[in-house]
Amino acid sequence: MSVGVFILVSVIKSLIVLVVLLTAVAYTVWLERKVVGHMQNRWGPTRVGPFGLLQPAADGLKFLFKEDLTPPHVYKPLFLAAPMMALIFALTSIAVIPFGNSITIGGTNIPLQITDLNIGLLLILGVTSLGVYGVALAGWSSNNKYSLLGGLRASAQMVSYEIALGLSLVGVLIQSGSFSLRTIVEAQGGRFWGFIPRWNIFHGQFIGFFIYLMAAYAETNRIPFDLPEAETELVAGYHTEYSAMKFAMFFMAEYANMITVACLATLLFFGGWNGPLFGPPILRALLPVFWFGAKIFCFLFLYIWVRGTLPRFRYDQLMSFGWKFLLPLAIANLVATAIAVAW
Amino acid sequence: MSFHLVLFLAFGAVCVGGAVNLLAQRHPINSALSLIAVMAALAGEYLLLGAEFVAAVQVIVYAGAIMVLFVFVIMLLNAGEEEETKGSRVAVLLGVPGVLTGSVLIAWVVVRHSGTEAVAIGALPGHPTEIAQLLFHDFLLPFEVTSILILIAIMGAVVLASKPEATARKVD
Repeated sequence: MSVGVFILVSVIKSLIVLVVLLTAVAYTVWLERKVVGHMQNRWGPTRVGPFGLLQPAADGLKFLFKEDLTPPHVYKPLFLAAPMMALIFALTSIAVIPFGNSITIGGTNIPLQITDLNIGLLLILGVTSLGVYGVALAGWSSNNKYSLLGGLRASAQMVSYEIALGLSLVGVLIQSGSFSLRTIVEAQGGRFWGFIPRWNIFHGQFIGFFIYLMAAYAETNRIPFDLPEAETELVAGYHTEYSAMKFAMFFMAEYANMITVACLATLLFFGGWNGPLFGPPILRALLPVFWFGAKIFCFLFLYIWVRGTLPRFRYDQLMSFGWKFLLPLAIANLVATAIAVAW
Repeated sequence: MSFHLVLFLAFGAVCVGGAVNLLAQRHPINSALSLIAVMAALAGEYLLLGAEFVAAVQVIVYAGAIMVLFVFVIMLLNAGEEEETKGSRVAVLLGVPGVLTGSVLIAWVVVRHSGTEAVAIGALPGHPTEIAQLLFHDFLLPFEVTSILILIAIMGAVVLASKPEATARKVD
């Protein structure tokens, strides 16, 4: 592939992925309102378009045209930079996520992924660890005690659960022997006894998946671990002072993070784009992307389901759950996997 | 000028600029953020050298974990802007000539040894597998000893931070 073609393909892929991701973010919000609505015996959005499907567009316009307030007591440079940092880091990690096998167009082999790094998983962990700054700095620069408490809670929570999250992934890494997400997915092809898919969750990583799921809820500040924005005690936590598009950026960052976490769960534990293939060649090329999307949808639905079901933890419960239960469990899982692989 | 060199100079400029800004800023949180920029730019330089693993670890450990704790402490203490002082005369008399001499010395050594051949990208171990081989095979003993050292440091920190008798006395 020549340099010109490479750049062209990369730009097109980045644009498509970004547009799909932002649309997915908008419709995850719609899905959440709709599903939680039905769980609480309400209808959710119904007025804008059929089934309220145009609601995200209306919300987007509203955010754009609302008055953008900057309170006088804030530390302005960081107050402006914080939502940008949150959104940029949330959108960056999608760059190494593979969506399917490669396709061939006009003799050029194009992998369905923006870029395949041999440290792909580490890059995602690195970008996620930088994502804390957006939240922490938003809380601090707002110069408001509720915001500060929210920011402090968020950073303490994310730093604590990152350890359990990282350790839960090491089991998968030991089994597949690579940091490249593409290699990890390819190692999960095939079946046990002809019918159980060879996904890592059926391959001894069930506890690893459980730890990952718990830690991921805490990392994305979702119920039952949404202490940083607990409205009954902290108004709205770190984004109390934000309005209009700046608030929307935090909102988009949260949902983009949810999608990234769901992508990672699919790739590492549920076989990525692996699934039954049938039909004509064009269908065979598109089915992996469909399976990948379907698995992500299941995770997003689970997120919303949990939100509609569970109450919020207390902060000391959250910390002791992370340090005294998840962390030892993750280490035990790691040791057990290492012994099993070495056997 | 190759693209590689352009990137090297760009990251280097961010690195040096961030370091200077770190000293020039009067608010601690701005200094901490400059330090994060320095760490991230260093990660970029490692990437250019083909050390992907080291670059990722640099971001995760330094720019992510350690600097988050710095920012956390600044936020908790609510440290304000520092007051400007005139600076000590000793610093002007000894420090500035010292820095100049040091820079000239380093520049002289670099120029003198510029005849050594540049190492090609990928010639040195940088792939995770090679680093694992070095850490867990060739240098296993130093690696384990380091981990014990860190464990001792953690225990020391816990002992210093807890002080059960002191707290009990304060309550009385």
